[in-house]
Amino acid sequence: MLGYIVRRLALAVVTIIAISILSFIIIQLPPGDFVTTYIATMSAGGATVSEAEVEALREQYGLNQPMIVQYLKWAGQMLRGNFGMAMEWNRPVKDVIGDRLALTVVVSLAAVVFTWAVALPIGIYSAVKRYSIGDYIFTFIGFIGLAIPGFMLALIVMYVGFRYFNANIGGLFSPDMADAPWSWAKFKDMLAHLPIPAVVLGLSGTAQMIRIMRSNLLDELRKPYVMTARARGLPETRVILKYPVRVALNPFISTIGYLLPYIVSGSIIVSLVLSLPTVGPLLLKALIAQDMFLAGTIILLLGVMTVIGTFISDLLLMWVDPRIRLERR
Amino acid sequence: MVEQEIIEETTTEAEEKISLATAGQLMWWRFRKHKLAMVSAVVLILFYLVVIFAPFLAYVDPELSEAQRSLMPPQAIHLFRDGRFEPHVYAVKGARDPKTFKRVYVTDPETIIPLRFFVHGFPYKLFGVIPTDRHLLGVEGVPIEESLFIMGTDLNGRDLFSRLMFATRTSLTIGLLAVAISLFLGVLLGGISGYFSGTVDIIIQRVIEILRSLPTIPLWMGLAAALPGSWSVQQVYLAITVIISLLGWTELARVVRGRFLTLREEDFITAAELVGCSRSRIIFRHMVPSFLSHIIAATTLAIPAMIISETSLSFLGLGLRPPAISWGVLLEQAQNIQALAISPWLLTPVVPVILAVLAFNFVGDGLRDAADPYG
Repeated sequence: MLGYIVRRLALAVVTIIAISILSFIIIQLPPGDFVTTYIATMSAGGATVSEAEVEALREQYGLNQPMIVQYLKWAGQMLRGNFGMAMEWNRPVKDVIGDRLALTVVVSLAAVVFTWAVALPIGIYSAVKRYSIGDYIFTFIGFIGLAIPGFMLALIVMYVGFRYFNANIGGLFSPDMADAPWSWAKFKDMLAHLPIPAVVLGLSGTAQMIRIMRSNLLDELRKPYVMTARARGLPETRVILKYPVRVALNPFISTIGYLLPYIVSGSIIVSLVLSLPTVGPLLLKALIAQDMFLAGTIILLLGVMTVIGTFISDLLLMWVDPRIRLERR
Repeated sequence: MVEQEIIEETTTEAEEKISLATAGQLMWWRFRKHKLAMVSAVVLILFYLVVIFAPFLAYVDPELSEAQRSLMPPQAIHLFRDGRFEPHVYAVKGARDPKTFKRVYVTDPETIIPLRFFVHGFPYKLFGVIPTDRHLLGVEGVPIEESLFIMGTDLNGRDLFSRLMFATRTSLTIGLLAVAISLFLGVLLGGISGYFSGTVDIIIQRVIEILRSLPTIPLWMGLAAALPGSWSVQQVYLAITVIISLLGWTELARVVRGRFLTLREEDFITAAELVGCSRSRIIFRHMVPSFLSHIIAATTLAIPAMIISETSLSFLGLGLRPPAISWGVLLEQAQNIQALAISPWLLTPVVPVILAVLAFNFVGDGLRDAADPYG
């Protein structure tokens, strides 16, 4: 059990290092180093950057040293929570990202919860009542969900909302709540706005999950122990829910590791269409303004967030599945 | 009694037919049974006909813009006139609303413009070599760019139908190209991983695991945004293809590795090894043919993701940039609710995206079922 946790943790750390290298490469890609870009943007904004400051910045990030040293220095700054300055805002990256990252987590989690809450019962239903009309309808909806990328669904939902309900369904808060400090009322306002992004983001994942759950459960239902349980006269709900569903659930949980990156990834682009205050619009803006420092940081933080989520799902899987818990290796 | 005999006879005949059939025939029969896959295959063929004949199907130059024709709604095509089949459209006149300053368009049912087929239009090269100016659709009497708007026009007054034809060409070929690169990487790395196993296998598996746990869109965005603005359309096209396939090969590699692992245990591979076949002969002469069908199925299933990736990136303005035309580039204009509220037809490119993705999925499903005809 300990071995499993250690191995998962090691993989998570390696993944985070890989993400940090990729983020660093992205920051380095545009011509010139970012201090040059930084100075240019600062002077364009009217601020003056003294020669000493420039030297200090170059020294801080070791720009006159080889690439590997630069990377290590940058990574060191990141670890200490010093994410640098966002040029366009002229504020520390930490301040610019803070709330938005939290909201990204909230939206993604809501989508995961939706995916599970919907896929589990429908998956069970589709397997138990195979080839029924309901099964066909859900399979069809599932295929549609798979085929429509989240941002297109968002566009369609926006249009339908505007056209037939005369409502602007974008955003995560009511206009008068958007800039208000956090309060119980604001929280409730957010909950009221959450379902649409959650559904839009979660739909294609749900479709996959239903298919996984359905085929897992179908495999289980064919096994002799189910017949034994039935022959013993157990009530049908117990026959299905108590044993086969529990076994079928395991692959279902382990796929959350792939579901999470998928949803986080989708949230970026869906947020743009639905104008959600997540890091998505910020990332796009930063990339277009070539503020690679902010962009790289966002990509890094998103990656780290995903890895942590995956790690938690691994722990969850271990808790649910005794085969993993008891494994010696 | 007699009836039963006949049935028995036919079943044995059918059985004989099956036992004599080649693997290819069996696969085709299995695939044919999957109705949705058959229909989807036809849809895909139509799509790729559009890819080949895009300039022939487009009736105006997709780049021809005119502010006077900005955001025209789609035009209705009338098929019959006085009871006879004679496709025609009504003339459309544009004016500016004196109060809102918005452009409004009024159809004039008095002026009838007959549609003609196989007419002369803007010059292009068929298959990229044969110079011609024939187009499927045209009108009689008036300049076509002022009179025919099957799907309406965009913000710059460019004809959406003609642009959609060219966009289909870009988006569907980029999907194929990206999948080809992914396939190369997937087969190479998956093959190495599956055939040699041991440390190499562990390393490649970990790399795949890491790549799969990354949120792809932000990474793509970062890489795509770093492409120099001075690059030409073709350079950006290639770069985007490479970026998409760099993160997209993992699934294919997994399939290939899985196949290699199962095949390695098969008797005929052991036999080939004992006979003294060289390693490359075992791989290419014995292993590859027996998992080729699975690879084709997996490849087909991987294409939709590539198409969606390109569309998403271009939609954000980070993928292909104008003057390139792709589904994503067209959808970029439909990004905000204001634009959609006034001109919902800008959403039309959503339809081919969904159709193509569904069709590839169904065909891939059918191929996967057919890939193992003995199972």
